[in-house]
Amino acid sequence: MTDIASGPAAPGSQAGPRPEAIKAIPVRHPWRWVSGALVLAFAGDVVYTFATAPDLRWDEVWKWLSGRLILEGIVITLELTVLAMVIGIVLGIVLAVMRLSPSPVMSWVSWIYIWFFRGTPVLVQIFFWFNLNTVLPHIGIGIPGTPLHWQESTNLLISAFTAATLGLGLNEAAYMAEIVRAGIISVEQGQTEAAQALGMNRLQVMRRIVLPQAMRVIIPPTGNETISMLKTTSLASIAAVPELFTRSEQIANFTFLVIELAIVASIWYLAMTTVLTVGQYYVERYFARGAQRELPPTPFQRFRRMLVTFHAPPPAVPDVSPYFPPGRR
Amino acid sequence: MSGPMVKAEAVHKSFGRLEVLRGIDLEVNPKEVMCLIGPSGSGKSTFLRCINHLEKIDAGRLSVDGELVGYRQHGDKLYELPDREVCQKRSEIGMVFQHFNLFPHMTALENLIEAPIRVKKASRSTAVTYARALLDRVGLADKTNAYPKQLSGGQQQRVAIARALAMDPKLMLFDEPTSALDPELVGEVLDVMRRLAQDGMTMVVVTHEMGFAREVGDTLVFMDGGVIVEAGKPRDVLANPQQERTRSFLSKVL
Repeated sequence: MTDIASGPAAPGSQAGPRPEAIKAIPVRHPWRWVSGALVLAFAGDVVYTFATAPDLRWDEVWKWLSGRLILEGIVITLELTVLAMVIGIVLGIVLAVMRLSPSPVMSWVSWIYIWFFRGTPVLVQIFFWFNLNTVLPHIGIGIPGTPLHWQESTNLLISAFTAATLGLGLNEAAYMAEIVRAGIISVEQGQTEAAQALGMNRLQVMRRIVLPQAMRVIIPPTGNETISMLKTTSLASIAAVPELFTRSEQIANFTFLVIELAIVASIWYLAMTTVLTVGQYYVERYFARGAQRELPPTPFQRFRRMLVTFHAPPPAVPDVSPYFPPGRR
Repeated sequence: MSGPMVKAEAVHKSFGRLEVLRGIDLEVNPKEVMCLIGPSGSGKSTFLRCINHLEKIDAGRLSVDGELVGYRQHGDKLYELPDREVCQKRSEIGMVFQHFNLFPHMTALENLIEAPIRVKKASRSTAVTYARALLDRVGLADKTNAYPKQLSGGQQQRVAIARALAMDPKLMLFDEPTSALDPELVGEVLDVMRRLAQDGMTMVVVTHEMGFAREVGDTLVFMDGGVIVEAGKPRDVLANPQQERTRSFLSKVL
């Protein structure tokens, strides 16, 4: 008690003895228990209703869940997602850098692209690419007045899969461009100046200094976009691309198990987005290096630490002491 | 090479309608340490940034090592330099910022080797060897793999100085290098700068550290309102200022 009364320690003295840890009765939260019980009851009722619905064939759900047709659809869904996101990210970065370029030509081309592809629905864009052959039976490029010329039938060039990939990817690029641009703008001006002062050119400053730091801002919304894209690929069904949703619909058409197949598709979509969410966490963590002194523990590390402290008695002294150990004085 | 390292003649610079520099004339000779002092808004930092073309001047002539900054003269016509040449010239001038501006996603060592490898096309091993020697020179040999966030302000600024030195500059610009530091960390940065001056580096230092200016500076320039009010030997200017404006400024900061 005298330690507290005497105020701050005298110069040169040791830190005072550590007082006993606070033991207090925590505030009670009765309403949390009540509301928790209500939510549980409601959720239980919903689950029970569906589980026991006489017309819902759960056996068919489990059967189709691992059906070959569905699994093939999943592969195509994943292919579409990856390809569309790769196109979206690469083109998005190019568009964002163009948008911020000092050249008015670059900046305007980028603006118009974003305006157009963000302003029209993806569904219409996929539809457009898929039906392009009705107005342009051949597509080609060449230099006028020279024999340099190349053309190909639109049908061969743009398959249903290509139409969906183009529609999804080109649309995504417009959104990614805005995300990347926001990330670039978020990096402090001083970083660009420091790099310029070292003699680095515009491209080097962007690639080595600005973009890596912008990543911290770009990654979370990109994760969102990827998760969103995984589900948006179901729009490819308009071009009859046999991805997960198209497949489940086709099966439903000849088995009349409409809700059952919708549940099958939902379970798979949910499983895939869950995996992506976990992946997103680790990617974000990687790009946060340097932004914090120490990276926060992963859930796995936290779980392990919890197990350790659960079994061991609580430490008598805090493990991170703000004071120097007496031996070093 | 006998001409001045930096030569400014009637340098003018405006931001919109605000005239920040209104005719700066000065010369910095090789191996000279010039300290620029003055109240905030007097244009000293802007002038420093003009020297490596982070800002464009509007009128007058500014040259480094006998070559115009940002332009080439043919007859009486000026041609703007392309980006490539501006970068080349900047790479020969080191700059240290008030807020350090280290690259936070790179370790101390990576901060130092980035520009030598990308700009000077040095081999990685050469760059690393030199970077280690420089970190040792600023007393941070044990912080090679630390990220900037893990360093104190004084340590960060010393890494920033080493980063500028890694390009082997012929001129070093310091923009209030100790203004963002806790008072007890100022000394370690000034020590590094003092040694640099002793080794014969040409330096232009914008500072509020009058002690440093008196001890290390060869010339002291007092700026106010975009013009040079008074210049001379630091001891003379500090002890016996000739202008009323200088006297009133010094009476507030000393």
